[in-house]
Amino acid sequence: MKDKPTVLYDVPGPRARRRNVLWSVLFLIGLAAVVWWVAASLADKNQLAWAKWAPFFTDARVWETYILPALKNTVIAAALSMVIALPLGAFLGILRLSDHIVVRSVAGSVVEFFRAIPVLILMLFADAAYSEFTDISPDNRPLYAVVTGLVLYNASVLAEVVRAGILALPTGQTDAAKAIGMRKGQIMTHVLLPQAVTAMLPALVSQLVVIVKDTALGGAMLGFSELLASVRPMSANYGANTIACFTVVAVIFIALNFALTTFASRLERRLRRGKKTTGAVVGVEAVEELAAPGEHPDTRRGPSG
Amino acid sequence: MFDFLQGYDLLGAFWVTVQLTVYSAIGSLVWGTLLAAMRVSPVPLMRGFGTAYVNIVRNIPLTVIIVFTSLGLFQTLGVSLGAERFTTINFRLAVLGLTAYTSAFVCEALRSGINTVPLGQVEAARAIGLSFPQVLRLIVLPQAFRSVVAPLANVLIALTKNTTVAATIGVAEAALLMREMIENEAQLLLISAIFAVGFLCLTLPTGLLLGWVAKKVAVKR
Amino acid sequence: MNPLRTSRAVVAAAAAVVLSVTSTGLANAAAGAPRDSGDNGKIVVGIKFDQPGIGLKTPDGKYTGFDVDVATYVAKQLGHDPKDIEWKEAKSADRETLLQRGDVDFIAASYSITPKRAEKVDFAGPYLLAHQDVLIRADDDSIKKPSDLNNKKLCSVTGSTSAQNVKDKIAPNAQLQQYGGYSECLTGLENGVIDAVTTDDAILAGYAAQPEFKGKFKLGGFKMSNENYGIGVQKGSDLKAKINTALEKMVADGSWQAAVDKNLGPSGYQNEPAPKIGVIVQ
Repeated sequence: MKDKPTVLYDVPGPRARRRNVLWSVLFLIGLAAVVWWVAASLADKNQLAWAKWAPFFTDARVWETYILPALKNTVIAAALSMVIALPLGAFLGILRLSDHIVVRSVAGSVVEFFRAIPVLILMLFADAAYSEFTDISPDNRPLYAVVTGLVLYNASVLAEVVRAGILALPTGQTDAAKAIGMRKGQIMTHVLLPQAVTAMLPALVSQLVVIVKDTALGGAMLGFSELLASVRPMSANYGANTIACFTVVAVIFIALNFALTTFASRLERRLRRGKKTTGAVVGVEAVEELAAPGEHPDTRRGPSG
Repeated sequence: MFDFLQGYDLLGAFWVTVQLTVYSAIGSLVWGTLLAAMRVSPVPLMRGFGTAYVNIVRNIPLTVIIVFTSLGLFQTLGVSLGAERFTTINFRLAVLGLTAYTSAFVCEALRSGINTVPLGQVEAARAIGLSFPQVLRLIVLPQAFRSVVAPLANVLIALTKNTTVAATIGVAEAALLMREMIENEAQLLLISAIFAVGFLCLTLPTGLLLGWVAKKVAVKR
Repeated sequence: MNPLRTSRAVVAAAAAVVLSVTSTGLANAAAGAPRDSGDNGKIVVGIKFDQPGIGLKTPDGKYTGFDVDVATYVAKQLGHDPKDIEWKEAKSADRETLLQRGDVDFIAASYSITPKRAEKVDFAGPYLLAHQDVLIRADDDSIKKPSDLNNKKLCSVTGSTSAQNVKDKIAPNAQLQQYGGYSECLTGLENGVIDAVTTDDAILAGYAAQPEFKGKFKLGGFKMSNENYGIGVQKGSDLKAKINTALEKMVADGSWQAAVDKNLGPSGYQNEPAPKIGVIVQ
């Protein structure tokens, strides 16, 4: 799925290249026109006024009071959710491949159930349950509730990723492992899972991005002070500079997720270079295919990467 | 226990949710297909645009995108999408925002679908002189669509749940009614549970139905 | 290939991801020690964080506003130093839940006393009589009385009752825009897309008093409803009586008027006289 010579069209000749240049120029002109229009309208409505943007550049307190503590909470919640959801998801995914029908169907129902309910509502229920049955301090409870909601939902999705990853491996691997006398557990931990992890990385990463973004749900109703929720007190302080505040927060989210995806793709490349893979890749697509409730067609082999 | 439900138009709110879902789904399918075409197109700049679009849009929380349609597009740029009244404008803006967001996911699903079309077919198509748009339109996309019905079904389910974000700009769908009810009735958990069930009623059948369709139309290879 | 080595490599790699992402996060999470539930002088008060003039978290990490001043005074009367107050955000939808679960000791967050809410929590006060009003552009002469709002574009926050109130009772032809917060409404008012922002006059006064909006917006002064701000406490709490005593004292010694003038005065807000404790103006 990386940039590779495609078969969809010929390598462009001189005429095609000229046409491409023409298209590109037209496209750039169009894009520039849109940018100009947006900038002009913003300026016209006084939204580019320095007073609205200045706090982010001249006032360190904006960062210290609102953005950085909130960013910290977002990162903590996302990181905790990832750390817990990944092994739990792997566990559920393996259970779904069990030879025992009871184990398989129980794991299956758990996965289907938690995927069908909106995450926000899972968080609300977790919050209520913690308040009712535990003595977690009210200061930490929103974090616990957000992490719980995210873990339940994402572990279910990750379970499907893992399952798809394992199914995408060539059956010869299992056969060979059986032939040398490995037990079922050994085959899973020593043969299938290690290879599946590399195959799963693209799908895993896109799910991790979802986790980062979904922490914002906790700010909407649980009083979890995460990044997106910091916009409200911030804009109330600086004369309702909502456009500026949302823009800054959006940029931070993009940067955060971009860092995550970049890191993951580096890792993926390193793992692949080790030749410890069969070349099977589970893209988001294969997982999503499995993920539809109801029928689960067999996973396709992805194109080798 | 449920007598407080009187005076609230639950069905009406969910109907708006359904409408949001349907219009955004159609929009995302069209724009997502175009994006996918751009991402595999021979024009480098279009490829760049498609890639940039998908990577930026996917990394922003949907709430921000929806708020921007209203604060940015409507308020600042004056784009009212041909409507006069707020209810209509907001509805259309929400559809636009949901479409912009969801199409990034549709694009990625389709792109993977394109990868499943056997190379031989594409080569054969080029051999008989079809141009890039023709290859895409006649050979690749019809097969790609059939093989991605199931992933698209998942995108659709996510979209259904995502319509709740439209409440941030005041579209009177289920989540907005939920907040109104919580504010008035002070029954946080019970009301959330009712709406959770409402969403289950929408998403589970969608998943089952499209899962069945996916199996029907899958390209046998 | 050696399966054992492979799995170790994978585990190591996975651990690397996990560690690098969480090292800062976990350290910080561990540092956030749980609040002492004991009574060593600490008190937790729920306020709004995003309403200038009422309850606002300012860039220096402090809290200002009328509700904050009232809560500080009350806490002092209850025997808590201002530095022992822990402020907690109490969003509108969360208020009853926060009290019922005992997450906060009391809430002063533009909290109108209504019969439905009074079923869930107890209210001390009222300590302020506010009215639903509109905030309009200073140069807008077309809105002089509530009925002028017909065919105008109103804005309020999602799920709030004030906007619905105008639409149902006062100006049926008005259009209604709802946003997640008042800031978005104000952006609209500034941009000319919104004609009037509607909610309690005390909240609007706080916005109008902000330096950024000096001379840009004005209050309509319509008094379209009566909002009795009370201090919410847990049902059956003995705090209610104590807070009532504190509020009476606050009015008697002039601190109440001083707090009103300081927080809501700059916008030219005409406050009602201090309400009698336990008397709810319908």
